[in-house]
Order: sequence, then structure tokens, then C-alpha cells
Amino acid sequence: MSADTSSAIGPVESGSLYDVDNPAPLIEAPRKRTGKTPRATRGNFEMAAWLFMRLSGVVLVVLVIGHLLIQLVLDGGVSKIGFAFVAGRWASPFWQVWDLLMLWLAMLHGANGLRTVINDYAERPNTRLWLKGLLYTATVFTILLGTLVIFTFDPNIR
Amino acid sequence: MATPVLDKAEAESSASPYITVTFRIRRFNPEVSEDAVWEDFAIEIDPKERVLDGLHKIKWDVDGTLTFRRSCAHGICGSDAMRINGKNRLACKTLIKDLNPEKPITVEPIKGLTVLKDLIVDMEPFFQAYRDVMPFLVTKGNEPTRERLQSAEDRERFDDTTKCILCAACTSSCPVFWNDGQYFGPAAIVNAHRFIFDSRDEAGEQRLEILNDKDGVWRCRTTFNCTDACPRGIEVTKAIQEVKRALITRRF
Ligand code: SF4
Ligand code: FES
Repeated sequence: MSADTSSAIGPVESGSLYDVDNPAPLIEAPRKRTGKTPRATRGNFEMAAWLFMRLSGVVLVVLVIGHLLIQLVLDGGVSKIGFAFVAGRWASPFWQVWDLLMLWLAMLHGANGLRTVINDYAERPNTRLWLKGLLYTATVFTILLGTLVIFTFDPNIR
Repeated sequence: MATPVLDKAEAESSASPYITVTFRIRRFNPEVSEDAVWEDFAIEIDPKERVLDGLHKIKWDVDGTLTFRRSCAHGICGSDAMRINGKNRLACKTLIKDLNPEKPITVEPIKGLTVLKDLIVDMEPFFQAYRDVMPFLVTKGNEPTRERLQSAEDRERFDDTTKCILCAACTSSCPVFWNDGQYFGPAAIVNAHRFIFDSRDEAGEQRLEILNDKDGVWRCRTTFNCTDACPRGIEVTKAIQEVKRALITRRF
């Protein structure tokens, strides 16, 4: 190395910033896509999921804003909420359907959103599997429990 | 020269356009070390020059082992996309003065593709996705004896996506592609769009089917990184959404 060569390199910052004790972060190789063109499919879960997110989102805006208004703003706000209030509302099939729809759409919408987050961020297939397993279990449990409560609700419970 | 004597001192200080710029380059050489390291090079350069000129200076005058791709040096061939100051750009279209030369300019290989050496990545997965969408004209029937005519409006429909130079700046800026590299990536979809919306082409359906795959357009989260990264100013995200719309409207 000639003198002028090394002088062109900055004094403090020259050379490697890392050494044996302070290794540089490794750039990991990405997984490679397969060499062949994927088989064409007509009906497609990903497309259905994508569409569902858009449509359920629109419906949820109405349902959730209405829900929040009734529960928190109109007619006395939060203070009026109690067992009697809920029992009174669920006496009408309209509110039963409203809450049922909201439960299902919100849970599926949220679950699908988390599914895509897991797909995008979990790097190891095993992590992915476990996270999704947990997610699906929680979703199914909440949906079933909620549905059960709405349908079997008994206002005279002691 | 003709400069008045009084202004001489001032003229001299402004005569040299050269300033010292530090290039902080991500070096990787698998024959030397498993690890990629940052290395700084301070060079004298005119800020009106481009990052590519800086890299040339380093390679030719300082360290001949610095490795990067470039061919045309004028934004046409698409071989020198790299991550400059954290953004994907073409080194040959990025002026040093636009980058705040007081601070070190970081230069890294594009993300999401295997680094082979220094700034060179393995482009094979990228081109595999490109080939997968059949980027060529497909027609049925007899060859016409003259060119296939098309109205100006029909040509306009896909004009934006004809500009792609396959630099991979968009695909390697996409967080979905970074995850597992299975997503087709914006560039492949842009090049499918170029034929799907071409009135002369007859394999649009087939290409839509390919992009309807689970790693196709539906993995797009409209992050808009691709549109920001494209050195040709292609509205990449819009093209992807147009493909999505075509997929849905063709069915319902
Ligand atoms: S769409 Fe733009 S960023 Fe993507 S490969 Fe083509 S020219 Fe490069
Ligand atoms: S060298 Fe050809 S695009 Fe930059």
C-alpha cells in the first residue's frame, strides 16, 4: 500500500468498524422462491380474505361507531351501563343481531389482520405456526363464547 | 486569469469545487470474512458529481477490491440500484450535493437479496419472479404481415409501466419481500401490468391467474415504498392496485 492510498482513507473512521470481539451483524440470505411458476387457481383464499377486510371494515365503521355512541355518549353516557341496561337491549332481536354481527366481523377482521402481520413478520416457519395456532385458538374461543352468551342470555339470572 | 487582483483570495477559495466526502460502504467478502462490515473512505470530490463517480474514484484510486455493478452510468440499464443513505436509488442518478455531503454517505447493497460481494446481490430470485409473469407478448392466430397497430389511448393505458428498467429498487424496498422473498414483488407485477393492459396481448387472463397466487398481488400492503424507490418515477403501487381491481372486477 502506498502512502497516498492510505492517506485517502479517513483517519479515525478508516478500516473496519468491527473486529473479533465486536462482530458486524450478519446479512442473512433470504429464502429463495421456487423455480417454477405457481399453479393457477380460480377461487383464492387470499383474494377472499382481502375482499373481506375491505367489506367488513366498511360495515364495522357503522357498527362500532353506533355501538360507541349508544354505550358512551347518548343518554347519560357510561354511567347508565349496568346489567339492566344490557338486559334491556338484548331483549330486542335487533340489538342481538347488531352485537352478534359486530362480534363476528370484528373478531374475524382482527384475526385476519394479525394473520397477515404474522405472515409478514414471523421469519421462522415454526414461530409462524405457533403464533397462528395461538391466534386461531383465541379467535375461535372468543367468537364461540360471545355467540353463546348472546343466544343464551337470561335476564333473570341470579 | 481575468480575475481582478482584489478578488483573488476569494476566487481561489471558491475555485476548487472539491470537497471531502466520506463514503461509508457496507463491505462483504465471503473469502475473507463471514461478516459484513462498514468501511469509511474519505475522498475529494465535486459535490455536483454522482455517487457512482465517488464509487469509481474509490475503486480506481483507493481500493480496487470494491465491487459493484454498473453499466450505462446514465440511468438506463438498471444495474446499480443500491441503498444510499437508507433509501434505494440508482448510484448513477444520485448527486452527492443532494445527499448532505457533510455527513458520511452510507452505501449498502439492496435488501432482501443474498449479498454475493460488497454491493453485488444475487438477482436470480428477482428475475425468477419477473420470468414467472411471462413478460412477453402472447397472441393467437396468424402473424400479421405488418406491425400490430394500437390506438394512442390504448397505448396510454400502460404507458407508465413500460418505463421499468428492472433495477430491483422497488422489490428490494418492499417489507413483504424482505420477509421470505416469496412475494412476487412490485417489479414483477409492474411488468405483468405492462402486458395485462396491452390491448394487443391475449394472455392477460393467464397473467392475472399467476398474480392471484397466495404470494401474488394480495400480499401487497400498500406500503408505497416501491413508488418512493422507483428511479423512473413509475407509480408502482397504483399499478399493483390496478391489477387487484382487474382481478376482482373480472369475476364479480
Ligand atoms: S418499477 Fe421502477 S424501481 Fe421497480 S424495477 Fe422497474 S424501474 Fe426499478
Ligand atoms: S449504471 Fe445503468 S442505470 Fe445506473
